[in-house]
Amino acid sequence: MMKVAYYPGCSLHSTAREYDISFQLVCRKLGIELQEIPHWVCCGSSPAHVTSHLLSIALPCKNLILAEEMGLDTVVAPCAACFNRLKIAKQEVAEDSKLKKEVEEVLGKPSAGKIEVKHPLQVIIEDVGLKKVEEMARRKLQGLRVASYYGCLLVRPPSVINFDDPEDPQSMDNLVSALGGEALPWAFKTECCGASFSLSETDIVFELSGEILNEALEAGAECILVACPLCQSNLDLRQKGIEKRRGKKFNLPILYFTELLGLALGMSMRQLGLSRHIVNPSKLLERKLAVT
Amino acid sequence: MARIGVFVCHCGTNISATVDVKKVAEIAKGFPGVKFTTDYRYMCSEPGQDLIQKMVKEHNLTRIVVAACSPSLHEKTFRTCTQNAGLNPYFFEMANIREQCSWVHDDREEATLKAIDIVKLAAAKVGKNNPLQTTFIPVEKRVLIIGGGISGIQAAIDVAFNGFETVIVEREPSIGGRMAMFDKTFPTLDCAACILTPKMVEVNQSDLIKLYTYSEVEEVSGYVGNFKVKIRRKARLVDENKCNGCGTCWQRCPVRLPSEFDMNLGKRKAIYVPFPQAVPNVPVIDQEHCLYINKKKCGICKKVCPFEAIDYEQKDEVIEEKFGAIIVATGFTMFDHSIYGEYGYGKYKNVTTGLHFERMLNSSGPTGGKIVRPSDGKEAKKVVFIQCVGSRDEARGMPYCSRLCCMYTAKQALLLKEHNPEAEAYVFYIDIRAAGKNYEEFVERVQDEYGATYLRGRVSKIFQRNGRLMVRGCDTLSGTQIEIDADLVVLATALIARPDAIKLAQMLHIPYDQNRLFTEAHPKLAPVETVTTGVFLTGACQSPKDIPDTVATASAASVKACGLLSHEKLPIDPQIARVDVEICSGCLACQEVCPFGAIEKEEIVDRVTQQKRWVAKIAPSLCNGCGACNTACRPGAIDLDGFTEEQIFGQIESLTADKGDER
Repeated sequence: MMKVAYYPGCSLHSTAREYDISFQLVCRKLGIELQEIPHWVCCGSSPAHVTSHLLSIALPCKNLILAEEMGLDTVVAPCAACFNRLKIAKQEVAEDSKLKKEVEEVLGKPSAGKIEVKHPLQVIIEDVGLKKVEEMARRKLQGLRVASYYGCLLVRPPSVINFDDPEDPQSMDNLVSALGGEALPWAFKTECCGASFSLSETDIVFELSGEILNEALEAGAECILVACPLCQSNLDLRQKGIEKRRGKKFNLPILYFTELLGLALGMSMRQLGLSRHIVNPSKLLERKLAVT
Repeated sequence: MARIGVFVCHCGTNISATVDVKKVAEIAKGFPGVKFTTDYRYMCSEPGQDLIQKMVKEHNLTRIVVAACSPSLHEKTFRTCTQNAGLNPYFFEMANIREQCSWVHDDREEATLKAIDIVKLAAAKVGKNNPLQTTFIPVEKRVLIIGGGISGIQAAIDVAFNGFETVIVEREPSIGGRMAMFDKTFPTLDCAACILTPKMVEVNQSDLIKLYTYSEVEEVSGYVGNFKVKIRRKARLVDENKCNGCGTCWQRCPVRLPSEFDMNLGKRKAIYVPFPQAVPNVPVIDQEHCLYINKKKCGICKKVCPFEAIDYEQKDEVIEEKFGAIIVATGFTMFDHSIYGEYGYGKYKNVTTGLHFERMLNSSGPTGGKIVRPSDGKEAKKVVFIQCVGSRDEARGMPYCSRLCCMYTAKQALLLKEHNPEAEAYVFYIDIRAAGKNYEEFVERVQDEYGATYLRGRVSKIFQRNGRLMVRGCDTLSGTQIEIDADLVVLATALIARPDAIKLAQMLHIPYDQNRLFTEAHPKLAPVETVTTGVFLTGACQSPKDIPDTVATASAASVKACGLLSHEKLPIDPQIARVDVEICSGCLACQEVCPFGAIEKEEIVDRVTQQKRWVAKIAPSLCNGCGACNTACRPGAIDLDGFTEEQIFGQIESLTADKGDER
């Protein structure tokens, strides 16, 4: 059994509970033991790196140290922003000895150098493998037409993340294909959804997320697959408002890839927390799921 | 006992600002064998050289040390000066107290001490110098030109004009290169074919120029004046002597394939000439796709040829020829834009490159001069040009500016408007670099008179919507985001070195840079020479060049080559390795380390035992005096003239023997 440290970040304990639930269930099924990091702190997210560079590096470093103290060699972070911050902090400290010294002074501990940071998608693609996932799938997606949306932080910047293609990523698409769905080629996989402007500059989110929804629909999507809590919330929560502004119905369920995977592995929609979505996916999924 | 004179140069303030030259000259007086020292403002000037010659006579000097700049700059000057003073030219040493001292240090006191040591080394060496004599080698009066584009063509014409024989080796079935693909040329809008084809014909008709098309250089050995070159003449399967280019064969050939010359926008046959004005006008059979070669079916071309020129049995032939000089004119290739995800990874058919557009503009091209969308052949009215694709991009492309894209993009925008005044041209650029005669004016004209819209900014994304290309970018001058629904996107992709450039460089022993572009001997003062004597560069194999620059370097390279060939014999540097056959054990460890292939084994009769045995033999014309064999030689049988062990150890001793004397 593979054991990894789990860094849920604030979203997975709040707005993205269903991402947390589905990820934990899927891991249990796939033989991955998640151990939540005791006393983890905020990754700093956007507010930290616009206020203080040191803070934005020290916060993720604190979590990396805590994870390394658990005696594990991998930490998994499902939120794309957390994942991104942890990766960047690790790299910057490794490359900048002056910064490393400052961080260690602030934290009062030597920084963590060995622990590897991974996104759940990476764990499933690289460690579990699509072949095993395919074998374990009890239900097939009957040609469900899926637009996989990766957002801006999951695969960028490539020099730090070093996972999947920065312009036309494929990992979620490959997962969809392995589960029997139809992975749609489209050009907006890595566009910005508006991210945290959801609260302060909602118009920007209406505009940017609206375009993503529109392009997905034009590409023929029945739903959008995501791997980031903020992307999910913007596309799902703001969808009604976008429809009103654009005068166009989208009705596109926004699913976490862990939810779709959970369904394929035989879990129920209720178990996976799918009722928590604003755009109700149940009708679509009932239609498209077949027991094999 | 040698009588040494030391001359310390100020080099204006280049040296004297950091090094106390007077002190250096003063202390040098105390070095063993030194009979005279002085300092002077510019040693290399005529009065400076006169001073040396005068002092040689006055003080009866037999050895000279000049403490000045790097020997790569003025060693030759002072060697000649030494000779003119009546001494052997190798009774001279240069002490580099500029590049290796004054320019790289700040502390005057320490720099002065270092300069003193450098002079001391040179004085210790020069006292042990042997008189060396220059030897001569004969010259083969023929020039090899590798590559038959405009660069190689111009070089061949110029060499032939000087009365020397030349051979062009061209990989493709025809000469003409990239220029043959172009429509019109900037900034004069001359038709490219109209100015190129007369030169191609001239090459073909000249008695002094021999063409080996569909051929490749396979091996180069020898040295300046005496290169031996193996050339593979690939089997054309058509007899060049019998064929008269009537075209019956390719008209009747049933196999249709994408034409490389037309950037796959048009078709060619399995037996073909790449373009109508090809030189020689002899077709070639594409062996990969010919039905007869692969399935023993068809054979139509052989049946219809009135001259019985088709020969399916023809085999590759490797010939060896001798040359006195080699001109490298292998040109460039285009950067592959499919690494750019934001431009669709090469997946969108209507995202093309400048060369595709050039073929479309050409009235004898695949579209008959119509600008169309490759996806459906419909007329393209809205065209977006993107500059710097793969250029000026350290992360994913080349770090350098490709130099001609600004100009050819402007030209293409102009020609688009001339072909169809209703068409819209948008150009995304980083900077406009139009530094050439009438270039800036041309770009202005394209904007002002032809109404091309120039947008300063990058394109962040190209995607497809409803069958059209959506080009999203920014205009940094107005600070706005731009979205253009285009019929066609033309990428000005970088000019890069050919993939096999390194192989050729190794064959010719010429260096290349981190971008695989061939390196000139000096970026300013020897721009067409290489460090390998007798090998010259022209055109874009060295760096991206437009046609005028290419032609200029071609003429320059041919002048240099002809200059060599105008001598009956060439002098060679006597500072080369020498084998003492009495000591040589014949292990030939030296042969393995020699980068120039200058060592051969030779059978001799041992003087003592009267038995035959092997020893190493140096070919003086190949040896560059690098000294690798010298260090590899276990019994110490090899010494390097001009850098003998006696000289080197003398230098070391001079520094270690009496430390602290004058300090």
